[in-house]
Amino acid sequence: MAQWEVVIGIETHAQLSTASKIFSGAAIAFGAAPNTQACAVDLALPGVLPVLNRGAVECAIRFGLAVGAEVAPKSVFARKNYFYPDLPKGYQISQFELPVVVGGGVVIQVGQGDKAYQKAIRLTRAHLEEDAGKSLHEDFHGKTGIDLNRAGTPLLEIVSEPDMRSSDEAVAYARALHSLVRWIGICDGNMQEGSFRCDANVSVRRLGDEKLGTRREIKNLNSFRFLKEAIDYEVRWQIETLEDGGTIQQATVLFDPDSGETRTMRTKEDAHDYRYFPDPDLLPLVISGEWVERVKAGLPELPAQKRERFTADLGLSDYDATTLTANQETAAYYEAAVAAAGKPNAKTCANWVMVDLAARLNKEGRDLADSPVSAQQLAGLVVRIADGTISNAIGKKVFEALWNGEGVSADEIIEKQGLKQITDSSAIEPLVDQVLAANAQNVAEFRAGKEKAFNALVGQVMKAAKGKANPQQVNELLRKKLQG
Amino acid sequence: MIEKSLKELSQALAAKKISSVELTQLYLDRISRFNPQLNAFITVNGDKSLAAARAADQRIARGEAGPLTGIPVAQKDIFCAEGWLTTCGSKMLSNFVSPYDATVIERMERGAGLVSLGKTNMDEFAMGSSNETSFYGPVRNPWDPERVPGGSSGGSAAAVAARLAPVASGTDTGGSIRQPASLCNLTGLKPTYGVVSRYGMIAFASSLDQAGPMARSAEDCALLLNTMAGFDERDSTSLDRPSEDYTRDLERPLEGLRIGLPKEFFGDGCDPEVMAAVRAAIAEYEKLGARTVEVSLPNSHLSVAAYYVIAPAEASSNLSRFDGVRYGYRAPEYTDLADMYSKTRAQGFGAEVKRRILIGAYVLSHGYYDAYYLQAQRIRRLIADDFAAAFKECDVILGPTSPGTAFKLGEKAADPVQMYLSDIYTIAVNLAGLPGMSLPCGFAGSLPVGLQLIGNYFAEARLLNVAHRYQQATDWHRRAPAGLE
Repeated sequence: MAQWEVVIGIETHAQLSTASKIFSGAAIAFGAAPNTQACAVDLALPGVLPVLNRGAVECAIRFGLAVGAEVAPKSVFARKNYFYPDLPKGYQISQFELPVVVGGGVVIQVGQGDKAYQKAIRLTRAHLEEDAGKSLHEDFHGKTGIDLNRAGTPLLEIVSEPDMRSSDEAVAYARALHSLVRWIGICDGNMQEGSFRCDANVSVRRLGDEKLGTRREIKNLNSFRFLKEAIDYEVRWQIETLEDGGTIQQATVLFDPDSGETRTMRTKEDAHDYRYFPDPDLLPLVISGEWVERVKAGLPELPAQKRERFTADLGLSDYDATTLTANQETAAYYEAAVAAAGKPNAKTCANWVMVDLAARLNKEGRDLADSPVSAQQLAGLVVRIADGTISNAIGKKVFEALWNGEGVSADEIIEKQGLKQITDSSAIEPLVDQVLAANAQNVAEFRAGKEKAFNALVGQVMKAAKGKANPQQVNELLRKKLQG
Repeated sequence: MIEKSLKELSQALAAKKISSVELTQLYLDRISRFNPQLNAFITVNGDKSLAAARAADQRIARGEAGPLTGIPVAQKDIFCAEGWLTTCGSKMLSNFVSPYDATVIERMERGAGLVSLGKTNMDEFAMGSSNETSFYGPVRNPWDPERVPGGSSGGSAAAVAARLAPVASGTDTGGSIRQPASLCNLTGLKPTYGVVSRYGMIAFASSLDQAGPMARSAEDCALLLNTMAGFDERDSTSLDRPSEDYTRDLERPLEGLRIGLPKEFFGDGCDPEVMAAVRAAIAEYEKLGARTVEVSLPNSHLSVAAYYVIAPAEASSNLSRFDGVRYGYRAPEYTDLADMYSKTRAQGFGAEVKRRILIGAYVLSHGYYDAYYLQAQRIRRLIADDFAAAFKECDVILGPTSPGTAFKLGEKAADPVQMYLSDIYTIAVNLAGLPGMSLPCGFAGSLPVGLQLIGNYFAEARLLNVAHRYQQATDWHRRAPAGLE
C-alpha cells in the first residue's frame, strides 16, 4: 500500500433551488405524483423550445464568486445526445466547451486535532445543465414507468481537479462543497432526495510516477459514507488488480452499499459518443460585469472571509476558524455566542462550541439547529467561568443542567443549585486541614517527591468542597501547608 | 371570389357581402372537389373550420374584426395546432393530435381571426424539395399533375395555386417556401431568421428554420406576415424588436433602387428559359427606375455542401425525441428497449429522413466534428460575409429562385444530390439568416418561373415593396392553372 498513490477527482451535481425548471416554467417539487410537474417543454412535445431560467444562471454566478472562479462573460449550451426513456428530447442540454464557471477552488480541512491539515482543492469548472426524469422499474409488470417530474430540473455540475489523495480528502472536499452550496443558498443539499450527489474518478499510481493511472468513475454517490466506502473499496481493488499483474480498464462503475463493492456498468469500448454540438435553440449565455457585481453585492459573508476574520479579529487558530466555518449554522451559532459573551471570550466560546457542545450533539445525534442550549445560554455560562463565579469543571455541570432544561440561564442554575465557587480562604482552609489529616499516606508520598500524590490531595479537597472550591486557591493552600 | 385579394376579401366580409362561413364553405367545397387529385391537404376538418368561421362572423358583427378576421388559411402540417392531427408528413406522427398551438397558429387564428381550412401536405419533416417524401403521398402540381409542386411546403403551394385557399403558411429551411412558390406561380416570403417565432413549429434544422407566408401576391404576403411576425418569449431565438407593418412601404417608387445581380447566379446550371424570364424581369425593373449592379457571392458554390452538413446535424438531434416512448408511432412488436427504438424509428421514418439522420450523426461524431460540422460553420460565416459585402453595393439581390421549373414526379427521386441542387440559389439565404422571397416572373412553356429577391436583415418591407411594384406592372402572378374552375 505504501508505494501507491491514490488520485481522486470529483464531479458533483448540485440541484439548484429555483422555483421553476431550467428551460421551462414548470414547478419543481420533490415527491409530487408522477408527471404532474412536467409541461409540454419537459415532455419534449414536437415543436417546443427551451427558454433559460435567469434564476439558475444567478445561482451559477453566486457559486463562481464563492469559489473565486471566473464567471464566463460568454458561455454556450450544448446538446449531449443519447437515447434513454427518461431523457425526453433524446439529448440533455448541458454546457461543454464553454462552461459558465471556470477555475476557482475550495480549502478543505482533513482530520482532527493535531493531525488536522488544510489543503486547497482546485476546481476545473462548473456548468449548468438539466436533469433527466426517472425510470420506475417497480410496480409495472415487465414494463418501465417514466416520471418526468425531475426532467429539466436545474443542476450545477461542479468538476474538481484530480487533487485529492485519499478518501478522507475526498469526503472533506464533498463536505466543504456541500456546506458552501447551502451557505450561498443555491442548493438545499438534501442528499437523500438526490439534490447533491457525487461521482468520484479514482485511479492509483506508483509513488513517484508522473503519469496518472487509468481511472474508473464511481457514479451517483449520495452520502458521504458511501463516498468513502466506495473509494476505499475501489482503491483496494485497483491496487490488488495491479499487484496481481492485471491492468485497469477505463470504466464507469456503480457502488452497491449492501455488498460494499463496486461493479462495472460500462467500459470505454461501449462508451457513448455524445455528439456534442452547440444547441441552436439557445443563444450564447452572456453575463455582464454589472450582473456579476449585483449578485456579489447580495452574497452573504463567505466561509473564507469569515475564517479570515475569526483569525484576525478574534485570535482563533486556523484549525478553530476552519472548524467553526465548516457550515453556516455553526458559524452563526458561534458568532451569536461571541456577541453575547464579548470578544475577550472568543477563544473560550470556540472551545465550548467545538468540544462540549459538538460532543453532546453528536451523542444524541442532533443538529445544531435543535440544540437545547442556545448561543446566548452558552455565552452566559462562558462569562461566569471567565469571571470566576464557577470553575471549568462546574461549568460542565451547568452546561448539562442547561441541556436538560433545569433553568433558563447559567445564572439561574448556579443560584438555584448553589454552585457558586468558594473563593473565601477561611472556608477552604478547614477542608484542606481535614484532607491532610485523613490522607497521611499521600502526604508522605508527596514529601518523598511524588508529584502525583499532590494531585490526589487536590482531588480530595475538591471532592470535599463538592467541586465548588476555587482550584487555584486549593492548590496554593495545599502547597503552603505541605511545605510549612 | 377565389381570385380576390385579401384586401378585397376583407372588404367583402366587412361589408357583409359574404360571411366567413360562406367563404369557408366555398373553399371547403373546392377542397373536397380538387384535393383528391392534388393531395394538397393531409387533414381537413369542416366542422372545426366552420366553427372558427362562425366565431369570426360574430367577431365581425361585434365590430372587433382585424384586417384578416374571417379569411380562410391553409396551415402547413409542421405547425402544432390544438386538437388537430399534426403529422409533419410522417408516419411517426400519424397519430399525434397536438394538445397545444404553435405561436404562429395562435397569432393567426386566435389573434387575427383567420380560419384554418386544414393542414397541408409536406415533405416528411420538411426534408425534401418535391413533396415526394411525404408519408401521405406526393402532391401534384396544379399546373401539371405529372409534375411536383416543389417542397417542402408543396401542399401549401398547391393549395393556394389551385385556389383551395386564399393564403397559406409555409416554412423555409433551405428554400421550402420559395422553391414551391416558384414552381407553382406564387409569391412567398422567408423572413429574417428570428422574425417569426418557431415555437410549436416542428423543428428540422433549428438555426435555419423560419416560417413565412405563401400567397398570390406580395401584398397578401405582407398582410399575412403582419399576423405571423413578432417577438415571442417562448422562442429564445426570436428577436425582440418593435412590431412592424409590412405593408407600409408597398407603394414606394423604385426610382434609384440598386439591384444586385450576383454573377454566380447567372452562370451555368440554370435552365435557359428560366434565365430568359429572369432577364426580362430585370428589364422590367429598369423600366420602373431601378438600376442594376453586378455583385459577387464568391462562396455561394459552397452553400449546398455546408447546408447538407449543418441541417442534417441539427436534424439528427431534433428528431431524437421521436422515440416511441411518449407519443407518436411505436412499433407494434419488439423484444427490448433497443429493439423498440430501432424498430420504431426504422418503421416510423422514411428513407430521406433516415439518410439525413445518418449524415447528421456522422458529421457530429467524435473525430469528424471538426472536419465537417465546424468547417461548415466557418463556410456559413463566409457566406454571410459575402452578402454583407454585396449589400454595400446594392439594396436587394435578384436572381432565379430555382434553376429549373417543376420537374416530373419521380424524376429526381432516385438521385438525392440532383434533388439537393434544386435549392442551389435559396440555401445561402438561410445560412446567412437573410430574408428572401420568390415571385412569379414568367413561364417556360406552360410552367411558371420564379424570381428570387434577397434583402438585408429586416428588409422584409423593402422586399415586399420591390415585389409589389413589379406585380403592379406585370400580371404573371395573376395567372391561374387551368382545369380547376
